[in-house]
Amino acid sequence: MRHLKILEYALSSLLRRKYRNISLIAVYALTIAILASVLFLTYSLKLEASHILIDTPDLIVQRLSAGRHDLIPMEYVKTISEIPGVGSAVPRYWGYYYDSLSHSNYTLIGIDGDIPGLSLLEGRMPSAPRECVIGAGVGSMRIVGTGDTLALINSMNTGVVFHITGTFRSVSNILTNDLIVMSSKDLVQFFDLPAGRATDIAVTIHNPNEVATIAGKIRTAHSDTRPITKSEILRTYDAVFNWRSGIMLTIFSSALIAFCILAWDKATGISAEEKHEIGILKAIGWDTADILELKFWEGIVISLTSFLLGLIAAYIHVFFLNATILSPVIKGWSVLFPAFRLTPYIDIYQIFVLAFLTVTPYVASTIIPSWKTAITDPENVMRS
Amino acid sequence: MRKHKFFLGFTFLELLLLSTLFLYSRSTVSVLNRDEVPAKRELVRYLKLTDLSLWTEARYTRHPSQADIFTPFQDFPSSLEHFPAGSIIGPESIVLQTAITPGRP
Repeated sequence: MRHLKILEYALSSLLRRKYRNISLIAVYALTIAILASVLFLTYSLKLEASHILIDTPDLIVQRLSAGRHDLIPMEYVKTISEIPGVGSAVPRYWGYYYDSLSHSNYTLIGIDGDIPGLSLLEGRMPSAPRECVIGAGVGSMRIVGTGDTLALINSMNTGVVFHITGTFRSVSNILTNDLIVMSSKDLVQFFDLPAGRATDIAVTIHNPNEVATIAGKIRTAHSDTRPITKSEILRTYDAVFNWRSGIMLTIFSSALIAFCILAWDKATGISAEEKHEIGILKAIGWDTADILELKFWEGIVISLTSFLLGLIAAYIHVFFLNATILSPVIKGWSVLFPAFRLTPYIDIYQIFVLAFLTVTPYVASTIIPSWKTAITDPENVMRS
Repeated sequence: MRKHKFFLGFTFLELLLLSTLFLYSRSTVSVLNRDEVPAKRELVRYLKLTDLSLWTEARYTRHPSQADIFTPFQDFPSSLEHFPAGSIIGPESIVLQTAITPGRP
């Protein structure tokens, strides 16, 4: 009951300076919302990447020439598939296409053999020459869909017309937005690739523990190759969407520094009015412990309210409004940036860390200067 | 004695809303993991995809996992990064190999 009475007094004290405290809560909540938005966004994208890219090939073997990625000879496919432990070695054909009509870049992928009906495809995969399947982004840029035709300019500067047999559903935008999938033969002709060369080789390995060994054997057999393992691919996205990297760190640290200024301002001293109040309370019989509890409650009221409001705002911003404020930062210069819904993966550990980093210093910075005043003689405090 | 009741009620309401949002996210994640994730993995498997289709402005931003470490600076040494997306990607932490491992030539 005593604690509730002190809380009641703390609330009355805060309400006496209500405009100051409301603006403090607004700024504090905004800082928390920015920090939590960065955490929610990066964690969601990181987990999405790790969940869906788990089925990527065990190894991708590239050929390097003069330090750059070059086309790989088909003879390498044979030698790689003969290495014990290798399940299959399949050449991949793919490349980039700049569309001068929409000023956007597409990724063209060639496929071989029959692919069963994919659940995220409306229509069917290409089965005949001059047929293709497109991503939703390509469709919206060129205003075409299943059943229409798509005209592209090939490497010989000749127009090639493809019949669109299917469109990837928008749910898969994060993977397929800029894709144009056609047969490997069409792609080789389109880019005029030299005979017996592929873009790279996808390798599957029976035992996941042998990936590094087999990558080493490939490097030994063909010293001009660069094997990229599945774990390296997954690690890349772990680094890309790590809140400690690049621009995300810039936003995160700016918000954290803004918060530090806020807390520092509180910690470096309390106003004369507050000192006077503490002096009066001491004079009428309040203990130092009571005053510390009063200041603790004041800190908790401000910081807990701001923290919870900030978290709710961040959740709504990231998962209901698709991070509209942060997305221009992520989008960069991409003309074809996919419209996708973020999966609400939440790491409770990150929320506790955020609470510890923000609520605790604020409450401490409220109590410490008050404690200094509370242990001073009340008469001196009131006279100062 | 009404102010503290209002504060406690408001805090409880905030916690309730936050818990509802988190529970909603858990149920959404489990539904998506059941319905969408296997379908996306199927796409990755059959098309042999290695990267997300997020940044299409340059080769090394479209396929960050397939690009060389120095690709953003390939025009000339110490050139500035052209594309904003490149700034999102943090540099790979380089661990120097200090042990010599014998291998066959």
